[in-house]
Amino acid sequence: MLPMSKIKEPAILEHLERLLEFVSGCAKEKGFTSKRIKEIELATEEALVNIFNYAYAEGPGDVEIKCGLDGDDRLVIEILDTGTPFNPLSLSEPDLTADVADREIGGLGVFFIREMVDEVQYRRDAGRNILTLRASK
Amino acid sequence: MEIIDGGKTKNTVIVAVKGRMDAVSAPEFEKRLGDWIEGGEIRFIIDFCDLDYISSAGLRSILTTAKKLKAKDGQIFLAALKEAVKEVFEISGFSSIIPIYDSVEAALSQA
Repeated sequence: MLPMSKIKEPAILEHLERLLEFVSGCAKEKGFTSKRIKEIELATEEALVNIFNYAYAEGPGDVEIKCGLDGDDRLVIEILDTGTPFNPLSLSEPDLTADVADREIGGLGVFFIREMVDEVQYRRDAGRNILTLRASK
Repeated sequence: MEIIDGGKTKNTVIVAVKGRMDAVSAPEFEKRLGDWIEGGEIRFIIDFCDLDYISSAGLRSILTTAKKLKAKDGQIFLAALKEAVKEVFEISGFSSIIPIYDSVEAALSQA
């Protein structure tokens, strides 16, 4: 894998836009289309919001994002936190067919992560949650 | 995100939302629409022609608003979605629970 660029910020909503700008800037630099960049941003936002909401119930912490290309020319985004062990991919899929009255609020975040990128992997390593997204051009 | 009051036509409030509806900005949309609903408005057309991006937080704020309106026999129509935004509505199934029109005019003709 080629060298990856990095950003580290406090894991709070106020830093969402800066983190997403980093990811969209990285994707743009690697030649991704604006449509694809929005899909990648969406997957990243959903992953980050999960971390903001759930990772650091015990006290404040950081989130780090690494971005680069893999050998297959796919964008690789690693999202790391040192919070509570949590595998977002373990969440169940939302019911996409319910109507307005029955539709549950929420539950869509992980669905979007899976839909918007080609591959998602979670691992817990050395006290860190690491979510890896891979997106082709 | 910018919310622009487009005034009332056929008893329907037309609201343009520009920019990005993400986890930071979506609560503001929900609050503005909530204020209008509390003020007695129950019919809305949301003009998304300048909306570039929406995430699940944006969808959630629209769904919350639609639920409030359903309880009051009101309605919310979305109009003029850009391709990337439309894709989010389609893959999430939201396009089958919230009415979407190609233009504000087309939405108004159904209002």
